[in-house]
Amino acid sequence: MEYSQFLAMKQEIGLLVLFLVVFIYDIFMPRSAAKALPWVTAGLMTLVTVAGFFPCLLGTAGAVSVFDGMYVNSPILAAIKNILNIGVVIVLIQSVKWANNELMAMRRGEFYELLLVTLFGMYLMISARHFLVFIIGLESASLPLAAMVALDKNRYESHEAAVKYILTAVFSSAVFMMGLSFVYGLSGSLYFGKICEALAGPQCALMIVSLAFVIAGIGFKLSLVPFHLWTADVYQGAPTSVTSYLSVISKGAAAFAFMVILAQAFGCLYEDVWEWMLYAIIILTITVGNLFAIRQRNMKRFLAFSSISQAGYIMLGVIAANVMGTTAMMYYILVYIFSNLAAFGVAGAVENQCGKISIDDYRGMSRSNPRLAFCMMLAMFSLAGIPPFAGFFSKFFIFTAAINQDSIAIYVLVLIALINTIISLFYYLLVVKSMYITPGEPVVGRFKSSAGERIGLIITVAGILLLGVVSPVYNWLENIASSSEFLSLFAR
Amino acid sequence: MFSNILIYFVVIPIVMLGLLAICKNIKQIRTVAVVGSSALIGLSVYLLVGYLQQRAAGIDSPMLYVDSWEWFAPLHIHLAVGVDGVSVAMLMLSSIIVFAGSFASWKIDQPKAFFLWLILLSTGVFGFFISIDLFTMFMFYEVALIPMYLLIGLWGTGRKEYSAMKLTLMLMGGSAFLMLGLIGIYYHSAPEGGELTWNILDIVRNDSIAHGWQSFLFPMTFVGFGVLGAMFPFHTWSPDGHACAPTAVSMLHAGVLMKLGGYGCFRVAIYCMPWAANELAWIFLILTGISVVYGAFSACVQTDLKYINAYSSVSHCGMVLFAILMLNTTAMTGAVLQMLSHGLMTALFFALIGMIYGRTHTRDIRQMGGLMRIMPFLGVCYVIAGMASLGLPGLSGFVSEMTIFVGSFEHTDTFHRVFTILACSSIVITAVYILRVVGKLLFGAVQDKHHLQLTDATWWERLSTVTLIVCVAAIGCFPNFFAELIKFTFSPDIFAAIGLQ
Repeated sequence: MEYSQFLAMKQEIGLLVLFLVVFIYDIFMPRSAAKALPWVTAGLMTLVTVAGFFPCLLGTAGAVSVFDGMYVNSPILAAIKNILNIGVVIVLIQSVKWANNELMAMRRGEFYELLLVTLFGMYLMISARHFLVFIIGLESASLPLAAMVALDKNRYESHEAAVKYILTAVFSSAVFMMGLSFVYGLSGSLYFGKICEALAGPQCALMIVSLAFVIAGIGFKLSLVPFHLWTADVYQGAPTSVTSYLSVISKGAAAFAFMVILAQAFGCLYEDVWEWMLYAIIILTITVGNLFAIRQRNMKRFLAFSSISQAGYIMLGVIAANVMGTTAMMYYILVYIFSNLAAFGVAGAVENQCGKISIDDYRGMSRSNPRLAFCMMLAMFSLAGIPPFAGFFSKFFIFTAAINQDSIAIYVLVLIALINTIISLFYYLLVVKSMYITPGEPVVGRFKSSAGERIGLIITVAGILLLGVVSPVYNWLENIASSSEFLSLFAR
Repeated sequence: MFSNILIYFVVIPIVMLGLLAICKNIKQIRTVAVVGSSALIGLSVYLLVGYLQQRAAGIDSPMLYVDSWEWFAPLHIHLAVGVDGVSVAMLMLSSIIVFAGSFASWKIDQPKAFFLWLILLSTGVFGFFISIDLFTMFMFYEVALIPMYLLIGLWGTGRKEYSAMKLTLMLMGGSAFLMLGLIGIYYHSAPEGGELTWNILDIVRNDSIAHGWQSFLFPMTFVGFGVLGAMFPFHTWSPDGHACAPTAVSMLHAGVLMKLGGYGCFRVAIYCMPWAANELAWIFLILTGISVVYGAFSACVQTDLKYINAYSSVSHCGMVLFAILMLNTTAMTGAVLQMLSHGLMTALFFALIGMIYGRTHTRDIRQMGGLMRIMPFLGVCYVIAGMASLGLPGLSGFVSEMTIFVGSFEHTDTFHRVFTILACSSIVITAVYILRVVGKLLFGAVQDKHHLQLTDATWWERLSTVTLIVCVAAIGCFPNFFAELIKFTFSPDIFAAIGLQ
């Protein structure tokens, strides 16, 4: 056995070490030092993130596959993991105040341990090249999340959300595995590559059915319409820090893993089958997410529907099925992490301070807390795709990537997506209006946000302002994606 | 990068934004606004002189000061700048109106936030006019749109929340079509085996957009910009938006922002897709013809000063698009003159209305009268603006409308001639509503005796209006200078080069 192959998993190993440190710290540290745990975790996570950027054995050599090809790491996979890591660091910093409140005293460690485990699961989902590994990843990314959703022990909604989450997670896994059993029956293997070879022949109905099951299974995780029904309740019920984690990290990882599966295992079914399945799903997801977001008054439910429609935009990069689409999608995920975390950062700060979570409660916030209101406005503009903020660039690029074929159908798809951006602009502006324009006494009094919340907002706002205008970020991603091996299966 | 003077049209506003952000009191804010906008006027004059010198020296490339810096290399996106006579004229117009607008909002509430948004808006406007890269152009276009929401929503009057939302959504809706059109142009910009490009000059040179695609992309782009140019039936944001906006914002919006629509229709839609422009112009001629007449008729029945002026803007901006679609040298020259003329005159109107409203606290013409005796300076200015609007010789409106109609009548077929005659009738209707307002507002009996205590214009208001009046008269008296400036863009050679006639 070649032990050096473990080095290809350096990011996973780093995460496991971090997990053990947090675990031991949580058990053995005296009570007095327990409150330092959030900062220790955030600091160590930053180290892991920085370490992830060093190529170390991976170099530019391309893909390294280990464990008989079940697990692969390559520059592009390392890059998406790094992007997720950055998001996790921000979530950790933002959650310090919440994790240190009295109700959390007994469960502080659990939050961090479970979070790291789910992140590990997402890494596996991204790197898996065999469905067995993939399912281990999928399960360890889903089940601990249910426990995290239930962390808010004293709130009824939190329990309800956890139950909803675990039931849908289990159900979707069952659907997914049902599809896999069909695939196994068709191809006799669970390796992505072998499945792709076996499916390359003439098509049969079972192929389409099995693919539909697989898409449905991951669709739950990504909350694509019509598999989105759990989203709003869970987002509303979960503690805000968990919701923000769920909405950006979990979603980003699932979106990327989804693309990997479609490209690697079902690449040969692109043109006739899943391009059109995805086509319908994208239109439904964007439109339904947007239309439902308009009526929401609860900030977290509002962001839930907004993130449903954002997932639809992310899928535009998958439907493009080429290097440009992959780049645009990774870039979109990166920008989305920053924008959404800025929004959740403000929502979380306000909620931690006074428990207000309705959009109407943001009335007059530009006068009582001008800085928070400004951050929220930038987040809304970035999510809506207004220049010069990063969201504009990511939207523009993902639309450009989607239209890379001369087909009117794709133009129609992008036009529908574009019209939907106008609808989304409407509801994002409603938040801005509530904060800036609606007259009346401010509901939320002036308050000083905690250090963690501030640092989190500074990072996210810097990201919103810089990620778009500063082009090397995009160019770097493009560079990695175009040198990557794994899209060759599209053969386009 | 900083050796090209065009880039300073964006750099100066950005520096102003930075300085405004650290301003402590109203004096500093005013200083930054005035010094910055004067610098912009200075820069545009310098550019004008430099441009004319280069043209006089016989340089005949389609654009001057062309430069291009790589931005997003994988997508071929560059920060490309360049100007021709039309852009120079538009940059002049914008800087003058920003200058006048700063003085018109001398006493605004929350000046810091107001000027921040206003200057962000003008950054977008200037950036748009210097760009020749479709991506950067579109980016600046949207930068110019979104501040309107907060400017109207926060500092507006009347039904401001409704109007702000309506305006923003309609304009952004237009830009959705526009974005699709631009991406489509990008994907068809390369000659066989060549590289894709966003650069307008290269796209025109390659001329590689297939006719079928042109007839799909041209309407997208034209409608996208046409919404901002207040083309019927997409004009409904304009009256509400203008009526509710604060003075300086109405000035900038009607004076400059609506010109982005006309300029974009010409620069992107027609310039890049001449074949489709020739084929499909008739559809849009009908729509813009309706704008011209319908806008004028609507203005006749309004009683709110701002609504009157907003509908008159619909009519006049419709004229710009109408003339552009005539696709000949004379009419298009007239279109640019009309853009300049309408920009200045409408800004003047909105400035005066703002000043009158600030004194009388009403904009309903039925509740005002005899203001000429009470505030003679503003009264005289209003008459001058009105005369410019209805096309009195010696002022700008006459020159531009005359050129447009002469150019339009050069077409010999019935369709064009009928529409030209219809559009001509708007001059008469314009005279009706202008004279009606002037008579009622300025010369009737005083309706409210509280108005007798009102004062005339202050020095900053005088400065703002006089600047604009001088410019209106300058265009009216020296039309040749401006026609010369923009002549090169619309010379028959260029038309041949882009495949028209």
